[in-house]
Amino acid sequence: MYIVIVGGGEVGYHLSKVLLNDGHEVLILEQDAARCERLQEELGSIVVRGDGCEAATLDKVGTARADMLVAVTDADAHNLVSCQVAKHRFNVPRTIARITDPRNETIFKVLGIDVTVCSTQLILAHIEQELPSHPLIRLLKLKKGTLEVVEVKIPPDSKFIGKRLGEFRLPKDSAVLLLVGKDKGPKIPTPDTVIEAEDEVVALTKAENEEAIRAMLSSK
Amino acid sequence: MKVIMMGCGRVGAQLAGTLDSEGHKVTVMDIDPFSFRKLPSSFKGTALAGNGLDADALKKAGIEEADVFVAVTQGDNRNVMACQIAKHIYHVPKVVCRIYDPIREEMYRNLGLETVSPTTVVAELLKKKVEAT
Repeated sequence: MYIVIVGGGEVGYHLSKVLLNDGHEVLILEQDAARCERLQEELGSIVVRGDGCEAATLDKVGTARADMLVAVTDADAHNLVSCQVAKHRFNVPRTIARITDPRNETIFKVLGIDVTVCSTQLILAHIEQELPSHPLIRLLKLKKGTLEVVEVKIPPDSKFIGKRLGEFRLPKDSAVLLLVGKDKGPKIPTPDTVIEAEDEVVALTKAENEEAIRAMLSSK
Repeated sequence: MKVIMMGCGRVGAQLAGTLDSEGHKVTVMDIDPFSFRKLPSSFKGTALAGNGLDADALKKAGIEEADVFVAVTQGDNRNVMACQIAKHIYHVPKVVCRIYDPIREEMYRNLGLETVSPTTVVAELLKKKVEAT
């Protein structure tokens, strides 16, 4: 595949290495002269200095034949425009944008950007996971539909401690995928698995059932 | 009309002043409150320090009741993104966007934004001056 990367920062640089390693044809657009030169020293002519929001620049690097454009600058607005220009002027089949403000996810979707990756959200989720008292963590949102994978920690005073998983009545469209015991580690659950205090329950559920599942598992 | 403007540079401040003096309800936003000094002293509208790409700031500015949204910051991309948020998320009936880059301007015009490219407009005006005898 031919993949155009807009933004030669840390994300763009490491992404290009991974993609090159997988055998893809990669081109990086970077605006900053010094940064561009540094990248060129290592990666050679696949790094081009230019503004990835400008149609003329995108044209010059052959965006019209690109299979994918990935915009990973640190400005959400730039990434949006790069993806839109790629889509509407060059008919690039797939556009991926990095966003920093999680609230921008909706507008990117509405405007037809195929995939958004929110670095802030990912970092938050990881940190939340390390907080002892956080009630529910969203681990993964599936791209299609409204299903997501969440993690709930069973509080020490939950009424479910000592009960079998089969006794639970989970909300509709939900399933427990994994139990991570405090001492025993991860385990694929069966209906006979017994819940212990401070178990971490990894479950698949619908976004609208998040609150129900949290309330249920932590009820006293 | 209730008008929200993003960007209080020379153009933003002058337009805000004019619309305000004509009786419209104007709210001007800028990330740098220092730029509000450019507003005429007679300005009776609201000057709001805030980012026009930020949903909370937009709501505070009253985007949900706005009739018009105008984006005139220095950044084409910020203008384009703010206008698309106003149009597609808040359904503001009239959205006007300044885009310096003529190619981007044409593209977003085709995508349904009302756009003005100062580059094209000023170049044409200058050409007329040059050719006038």
